[in-house]
Amino acid sequence: MTDLYGEAMRFLTALALTWTTFAAGAFATPGQPTDGALGFQPAVTPIMEEVTSFHNILLVLITIITLFVMGLLIYVMIRYNRKANPTPSKNSHNTLLEVVWTAVPVLILIGIAIPSFPLLYLQDEIPPEIDFTLKATGNQWNWSYEYPDHEVAEYFSNMIEEEDLQPGQLRNLSVDYPLVVPVNATVRLQVTASDVIHNWAMPSFGTKMDAIPGRINEAWFQATQEGVYYGQCSELCGLRHAFMPIEVHVVPQDVFDAWIAAKAEDEYSEAADTIIAEYTAARETRLAQLD
Amino acid sequence: MSADAATHDDHTPSLWDWRRWVLSTNHKDIGTMYLVFAIFAGIIGGGLSGLIRWELMEPGLQVFTGEDTGWGAIFGNAHNYNVVTTMHALIMIFFMVMPAMIGGFGNWFVPLMIGAPDMAFPRMNNISFWLLPASFALALMSMFVPGAGADLGFGGGWVLYPPLSTSGHNGPAMDLLILSLHIAGVSSILGAINFITTIFNMRAPGMTIHKMPLFVWSVLVTVFLLLLSLPVLAGALTMLLTDRNFGTAFFAPEGGGDPVMYQHLFWFFGHPEVYILILPGFGIVSHVVSTFSRKPIFGYLGMAYAMVAIGFIGFIVWAHHMYTVGMPVDLKAYFVAATMVIAVPTGIKIFSWIATMWGGSIEFRTPMMWAIGFIFLFTVGGVTGVVLANAGVDQSLHDTYYVVAHFHYVLSLGAVFAIFAGWYYWFEKIFGVKYNSFLARAQFFFFFIGANVIFFPQHFLGLNGMPRRYVDYPDAFEFWNAVSSWGYVIMLVGMVLFFAVLIDAMIRRRKADANPWGEGATTLEWTLSSPPPFHQFSELPKIK
Ligand code: HEM
Ligand SMILES: [Cu+2]
Ligand SMILES: [Cu+2]
Repeated sequence: MTDLYGEAMRFLTALALTWTTFAAGAFATPGQPTDGALGFQPAVTPIMEEVTSFHNILLVLITIITLFVMGLLIYVMIRYNRKANPTPSKNSHNTLLEVVWTAVPVLILIGIAIPSFPLLYLQDEIPPEIDFTLKATGNQWNWSYEYPDHEVAEYFSNMIEEEDLQPGQLRNLSVDYPLVVPVNATVRLQVTASDVIHNWAMPSFGTKMDAIPGRINEAWFQATQEGVYYGQCSELCGLRHAFMPIEVHVVPQDVFDAWIAAKAEDEYSEAADTIIAEYTAARETRLAQLD
Repeated sequence: MSADAATHDDHTPSLWDWRRWVLSTNHKDIGTMYLVFAIFAGIIGGGLSGLIRWELMEPGLQVFTGEDTGWGAIFGNAHNYNVVTTMHALIMIFFMVMPAMIGGFGNWFVPLMIGAPDMAFPRMNNISFWLLPASFALALMSMFVPGAGADLGFGGGWVLYPPLSTSGHNGPAMDLLILSLHIAGVSSILGAINFITTIFNMRAPGMTIHKMPLFVWSVLVTVFLLLLSLPVLAGALTMLLTDRNFGTAFFAPEGGGDPVMYQHLFWFFGHPEVYILILPGFGIVSHVVSTFSRKPIFGYLGMAYAMVAIGFIGFIVWAHHMYTVGMPVDLKAYFVAATMVIAVPTGIKIFSWIATMWGGSIEFRTPMMWAIGFIFLFTVGGVTGVVLANAGVDQSLHDTYYVVAHFHYVLSLGAVFAIFAGWYYWFEKIFGVKYNSFLARAQFFFFFIGANVIFFPQHFLGLNGMPRRYVDYPDAFEFWNAVSSWGYVIMLVGMVLFFAVLIDAMIRRRKADANPWGEGATTLEWTLSSPPPFHQFSELPKIK
C-alpha cells in the first residue's frame, strides 16, 4: 500500500517536473509545437514576447480566481452541509458584500486592461521603419508568396506529402518552397486570399491575420532569432484546411540577399533552394558542436 | 386522480393517442415532446462528436480517410470531417440545448411557476414545436446531398462564413441547411413571442414582476435575446441564399460585396445566441441551489438584473469573435472593453450562488451535485473568456483549441450540466415516477471527470498552437489529443448511465411525491401533484 503510494507520488512528481519544464519551453524547439507542452511556443518576435508575458499575468490571475471560487465551494460544502448545519439561516441580502463583489472584479478588469491596450496597439500599428513588404495569398489549398520590393514573382508553397518527407522535415508542417526573411528585419506582411477566407498564422511570431478575398490585411513581425518556424492555416477553408502549412526560414542578411537574388531570376530557382539547404546544414552542424 | 380530473373537459388523453401529441396544445405535453426531441438530437450530436474524437485520437487519418474500407468509404474524407464538426455544433446548439432548456423546461415550468393554466398561444406553441422536426430533418438531409463538388454535406463550420458557404459550396447541401436554420429560427421566434406574452400577461394575482421565480426571469431575458437577434441571422441567411442562387453579391467581393459584413451580422446574432444557451441554465441552477440549501436565493434582485445586464451587454460585444479580420485598432479596443464588462454580472451570479449556499443546510441530492459542478466548471469557462476578451492575446488563441476548450467549459460542461441539474430536479414532477439516484450520481461523476479530461487538455493544445477544425495535426499534438479522446470514453459511460436511469425509472415506476425536496422547494410547481393534472390552476393561485 505505502509502496504503491510512493510509486504514485514519484510518478506524479516526475510528471509535474516534466510538464513545468515543458511549460517553460525549456525542451521546446522554437518554431514548432512540442508534444505534451502546456503553454505557448517560445517567442521569437517582440510581439510574441509581450503576448507571452501578458498571458503569464492573466494565467496567474485566472488561476487565483478559479482556486478562490473552488475554495469557497469546498468550504460551504463542508461547513454548511445538512449534518454540520441543520438549521439554515434566512439571510438573503448583504449590501456591502454585493458592492464588494461588483467592485473588486471591476478593479481586476481595469488592472487587466492596463497592459492589454498597449499590447493591442503594439500589434496593430505597423512601425514606420519597415525593411520590406511580403505578400501572402491564401488559396485552396496552399499559400503563395510575393516579395514586391525585391521583384520576386509569385510562387506557390505546398505542403510536403507524408510519403515525400525528407529526414528532418515535419509531417503536416514542412513545405516545398518556404518563406525566407532576414533575422531582425522588420517585415510588413500583407495578407489576402484568392477564393475563400484563410488565415496566415505563425504561433512563435504571434502573428495571425485573416486572408480575405477582396481585401488586404496588414501585420508586421520582426524575428529576432535564426531558425525554421512553422505555422498553419487558421480559418476553415474546406477539404485540405489542415494541409496548407506555413514555413518561414529566418536567416542572416547575407544568406537572404543571395537567396532573394536567385529568386528574382527564377521564382522556383534550385539555386535558391541550395543556398537555404547549405545554410541550414551548416547551422545544424554548428548547433550540434555547441551541444 | 386529482380533483381537477373530474371536471368534464379535463380528462387526460391516453398516452397512445397520436392526436394527443401531434395536435397538442398542452404546454406540458409540448414540453415533454421538446425534451424527447432534445434527447434524440443529443444522441446524434454526441455520436458525431465521438467520430471527431476517434479521428483525433492519433495523428494521421483514422476515420475520414476517404479510402474504401470494403464497405465503401463510409465516413468519407476530410470534407466529411468538416461536415461532422459543423453538424455537431449546429445540432447541439439548435436541436439539443435550445429545445431542452427553452422548449422543454421553459414550456413545462414557466406556466407552472407563474401560476398560469397554459401558455398564452397554445396552438402557436404546437407549431413552434412541430417546425423543429422539419428543420432537423432538413439539416440531417443536408449531410447526404452534394455540398462541395462531389463531396456530400456542408463542411464550412457552424458560422457559415462566405465565400466558403457561397462559392465554396456549390451543391444543394448548404441550401438545405439555410432552409433548416430559417425554419428553426421561425420556431424560436414564435416560441419567444409566446413566452413574452405569457410572462407579461398571465402571472397569477399577486405575482409581481419582482416576485417571479428566477427561472422565469431567465427565460424572459432569453426569449428577448432570441426575438431581437434571430431576425438578424435570418437576414444574413437570406442574403447567403440570394448570393448563392440569384446572383446578388452581398458578401461577394468580386461584385462589390464584403465577406466581413456577413461576420458582423452573424455574430450580432451569434454572441447573444451563446447567452441564449446559458441563461435558462442560470435560472435552473438558482432554483436548485436555493432548494437544497433550504435558503431563499441570495440577492434576488441582483440575480435578476444581472441577467438583464448580461442580455443587454451581450448585444454590444459581438466583434470579439472577429479580432483577426483586420478591424481598425480603436474598434478592437472598444470590443475588448465591452467584452470584459460582461464578466462583472457573470461574477455577481457566481458569488450569489455561493452566498446562497453560505449559511444554508445543504443536502447533496442529485440535482445539487450537477448544480455545484456547474458553478465550478462555468467559472473555469468564464475566466478563459476573460483571457480571450483581450484582443492582444486572442491574436494567439483565436481559432485554436483554446477557444474550443473555452466554449465547451461554458456549454458542454456549463449548459449541459445545468440541463442535467434541471432534468433531475424536475424528473419526478414531469414523469410522475422516482429515479434511481445512485445511478444518477454515478452519471454525474463520469460526466464530471470525463468532460474535464476531454476539455482541460485542449487549453494546452490551443496555447501550443493547434488550430481548430483540423482533421489531422502535426505529430507533436498527439499526447493531449489522446488524453482528450480517452476522456470521451469516460463521458460515454456517463451517457450509458443516463439511459440506465431512464430505463430503470420506466420499469420500476415508483410513484413520485408532489414535493420530493421538502421545505426548500418553494415555487408553485411543487404545490401540484407529480405529474401535475393535465390542466392546472383552473382556479388561479394567489401569491401572498
Ligand atoms: C465571462 C464571459 C465570457 C467572455 C468574456 C467570453 C469571451 C469570448 C471570446 C472573446 C470569444 C472569441 C474567441 C475567439 O474565437 O478567438 C469567445 C468564444 C466563444 N464563447 Fe465565450 N465568453 C464568455 C462566456 C461565454 C458563455 C457564457 C458562453 C456560452 C454558454 C460562451 C460561448 C462561446 C462560444 C460558443 C464561442 C466560440 C464561437 C465560435 O467561434 O465557434 N462564452 N468567448
Ligand atoms: Cu484553412
Ligand atoms: Cu461572444
